[in-house]
Amino acid sequence: MLSPVLCSELSALEPEYTEADVISTVEFSQSGEFLATGDKGGRVVIFQREPQGEYNVYSTFQSHDPEFDYLKSLEIEEKINKIRWLPQLHSALFLLTTNDKTIKLWKVSERDKQPEGYNLKDEEGRVKDISKITSLQVPVLRPMDLLVEASPRRVFSNAHAYHINSISINSDCETYLSADDLRINLWNLSITDRSFNIVDLKPDNMEDLTEVITVAEFHPHHCHLLAFSSSTGTTRLCDMRSRALCDQHAKLFEEAVDPASRSFFSELISSVSDVKFSHSGRYLLTRDYLSAKVWDLNMEKKPVETYQVHDYLRSKLCTLYESDCIFDKFECAWNGTDSVIMTGAYNNFFRMFDRASRRDVTLEASREVCKRRAVLRPRRVCIGRKRRESDICVDSLDFRKKVLHTAWHPTDNIIAIAARNNLYIFQDRHSPSGHHGVHRIEQETAPQLEDTPPQ
Amino acid sequence: MRQGKNSVSSIRRTMAGADGDDSLYPIAVLIDELRNEDVQLRLNSIKKLSTIALALGVERTRTELLPFLTDTIYDEDEVLLALAEQLGNFTMLVGGPEYVHCLLPPLESLATVEETVVRDKAVESLRKISHEHSPVDLEVHFEPLVKRLASGDWFTSRTSACGLFSVCYPRVSSTVKAEIRQHFRNLCSDDTPMVRRAAASKLGEFAKVLELDYVKSDIISLFTALASDEQDSVRLLAVEACVSIATLLPQEDLETLVMPTLRQAAEDKSWRVRYMVADKFSELQKAVGPEITKNDLVPAFQNLLKDCEAEVRAAAANKVKEFCENLPEDSRETIIMTHILPCVKELVSDTNQHVKSALASVIMGLSTILGKDNTIEHLLPLFLAQLKDECPEVRLNIISNLDCVNEVIGIRQLSQSLLPAIVELAEDAKWRVRLAIIEYMPLLAGQLGVEFFDEKLNSLCMAWLVDHVYAIREAATCNLTKLVEKFGAEWAQNTIVPKVLGMANDPNYLHRMTTLFCINALSEACGQEITTKHMLPVVLKMSNDQVANVRFNVAKSLQKIGPVLDSNSLQTEVKPVLEKLAADQDIDVKYFAQEAISVLALA
Repeated sequence: MLSPVLCSELSALEPEYTEADVISTVEFSQSGEFLATGDKGGRVVIFQREPQGEYNVYSTFQSHDPEFDYLKSLEIEEKINKIRWLPQLHSALFLLTTNDKTIKLWKVSERDKQPEGYNLKDEEGRVKDISKITSLQVPVLRPMDLLVEASPRRVFSNAHAYHINSISINSDCETYLSADDLRINLWNLSITDRSFNIVDLKPDNMEDLTEVITVAEFHPHHCHLLAFSSSTGTTRLCDMRSRALCDQHAKLFEEAVDPASRSFFSELISSVSDVKFSHSGRYLLTRDYLSAKVWDLNMEKKPVETYQVHDYLRSKLCTLYESDCIFDKFECAWNGTDSVIMTGAYNNFFRMFDRASRRDVTLEASREVCKRRAVLRPRRVCIGRKRRESDICVDSLDFRKKVLHTAWHPTDNIIAIAARNNLYIFQDRHSPSGHHGVHRIEQETAPQLEDTPPQ
Repeated sequence: MRQGKNSVSSIRRTMAGADGDDSLYPIAVLIDELRNEDVQLRLNSIKKLSTIALALGVERTRTELLPFLTDTIYDEDEVLLALAEQLGNFTMLVGGPEYVHCLLPPLESLATVEETVVRDKAVESLRKISHEHSPVDLEVHFEPLVKRLASGDWFTSRTSACGLFSVCYPRVSSTVKAEIRQHFRNLCSDDTPMVRRAAASKLGEFAKVLELDYVKSDIISLFTALASDEQDSVRLLAVEACVSIATLLPQEDLETLVMPTLRQAAEDKSWRVRYMVADKFSELQKAVGPEITKNDLVPAFQNLLKDCEAEVRAAAANKVKEFCENLPEDSRETIIMTHILPCVKELVSDTNQHVKSALASVIMGLSTILGKDNTIEHLLPLFLAQLKDECPEVRLNIISNLDCVNEVIGIRQLSQSLLPAIVELAEDAKWRVRLAIIEYMPLLAGQLGVEFFDEKLNSLCMAWLVDHVYAIREAATCNLTKLVEKFGAEWAQNTIVPKVLGMANDPNYLHRMTTLFCINALSEACGQEITTKHMLPVVLKMSNDQVANVRFNVAKSLQKIGPVLDSNSLQTEVKPVLEKLAADQDIDVKYFAQEAISVLALA
């Protein structure tokens, strides 16, 4: 696994922050050279990795603004729900951003030349004496300081009656999907005036509504496969080859719940908050309120691996329900080789699980503990009495500090953790830059990991 | 070229003649606006690029303007699009074919931008100027550009290259030809699906310029590979290429070289690929010829008509008529009766309304192919069933194609079922459906004859005049005019005019206005006598209406029917009424009355 070292900490400098500064999504580009964050204020910040390994701000732009739907008398928030990078196929970068209703395609490009030379005025803009013009001058392009421009290329709107929770780009690089609570639409990246509805869960009578779509994603290699999860804890795999409408799934991944353990909260905590295909395309990682599960696409009836993220909260569900925390949507991520998974928790903690060794670690992303160039110390939550000084008691967890959004560099051991208005980027101690064999990393860091506490 | 030089020297002269010549000013403005902040001004300037180039002369165009344009790739799409288009017509402005290669650098940079429309336009212009290159220039300048694009870092340049192979291939030496073929092969197996799609879509075009041996050796293997690509979006483009390739090959090679792939495409796992096969079926049928059609395409078509995906069935249903028409004559009827018709019968009761309505839009065409007896025995029951279909679009599509059947069996066979279908559509709750059936009324009236019309349909036409949707009332008015044109003024006087005029006393002012609108539409078709004798008195009487909207429509009507009336009634009857309206207390009534007075020259 990792011995994470903070390599960049990025946040508004003043400790005071407004709600608009809260980061709402984090996403690495396909190459990992860029990292984008979106916030509740509708802003997108793009970071670029420097040769030394640090990520620095590359471009910032306002992607969405608050709007008002006059037909439905509804305010539309500017909060960025998701960002997805298009595979980089051109010198410019392209990314999709979405709020609740509108998806936008942004182009971020560099420009290092500007034209010079006017006929009718000088460079300061003063008008020349027309009678002195005796020859025509063609402007010439001269080098200038690098300028990064973000421009909206397409706006995909008016296709969602409910809130958009996911966007995902197809491996054909021509289409993408957008999902709201009840429907999934398929778009062509260059066509904004129409989309095709491929999944529709809306019952004729809204009183019959039993489940909503929570997240949807395309398969990384197979252009015809997509997965979507629902509030009932199921994940469906659809094959777009067989039908134009994918209401009927090809596979349904669902774990039978023991009827004895059913409670009022069973359904709430089983709701899937995130689903991610492994890079290999073989596995699905799902996150529900208390656990993360890895499913083999070839086995529908139960997950191949289940990881408890914070099982100690099981006794606190009532409080969490009252504070609405039970509805928090934690995201999850795979590392580049699919050997480790990562997901967030409360108290600014985030968890990593090594799939082969079954070891896991709890780490904290906060200003107090994150020192530059120092290895993060593992944290442990204890249910009863503290065993060690560094342990923290369940009752003293701060539920307002949550790590919902996490991302893992597509190839390297670099992770990005968003905690409120702070973005922490950690890098493996043993890889200051460049690629590393996973084997080596595991070996060297093994002593730092703790065994999974007995349950 | 000569002309270009002349205008340049004349401009030079004026420039040298005095300091600050006025003639330079407009050009200076155009050049400055090439970099104005306002996109519209930049666009205007780009569209007048030829004027700028003419003023600069060929030399400065080549050495100053083109280098500037080559780097202007940061601009908005619409500006770049206009630039790409302009450069395709720039040969004379850079000094003629001798210098046409100077246009390559700016077009090359435009061919690599990320916006598809701009790239496509740049490729189009490059193709255009490729013909103006001498064979030597083509190998020295153009072909290296194609190679650069084909091996570019970004997919954008590689996709653009795909469209350029076919224009330079026929005119280069055999060594270069071999290189071009190799480049095309590489692009067909490119890593990015976009490039493979571009290559697949140009495969047919490239095959056309290749020597037949290379078509058989190179193209077929590329075609087979693309047709089994992992991406649906690539495979479906191979279907299109299939048409062109099959046209190029001799009949005896089709079976071994093309058919395995085509059969595979028709049974592809992805419905999008099968859809493409269905959509291109007529072209494929023509390309492979009658024998293969009989043996292979007929069963394939049957399968597509029975496909599990409705989109595929609908696409295939759309092709039923064309496919049957193009079957070889000797076996046409047998094939239709034994293979196609059973499938068609099932489609009539398909679960999907798009499939049914696609079929309904072509099924009537089968009657001309099958002849009277078969139509009565086999097709008529299907028509009748579709006329009763629950989906209005299906019924409408049948009704709109009645003329095909009329020619073969006459419409009487259908009229008993037709009437309830029409009545139901006429009263459909959706106004768009009502609007659609109104538009077929003149056609139906023509097919069914005046007697049937008076008896059954006239009342419907009148009912639409008082529909609560304005668009329907308007269409109904227009419909009356067409009916009068068909059946004559006498018929109008007896059947329509009394009913229309009766509405002038309706308590609803909207209906009273409908009377006026009908009069506007009918007066010309009905002629002077009916207009003066029957319509005019009603219009004049309505000038006392208490609703201002009616009164100003009276003024508008009078202006409209004025030219049909004789001068006597204009002076004695129309003029006093218009004068009275011109003094109305309502401002709109006044306005339209005055307008009518001046148009009719009654002042």
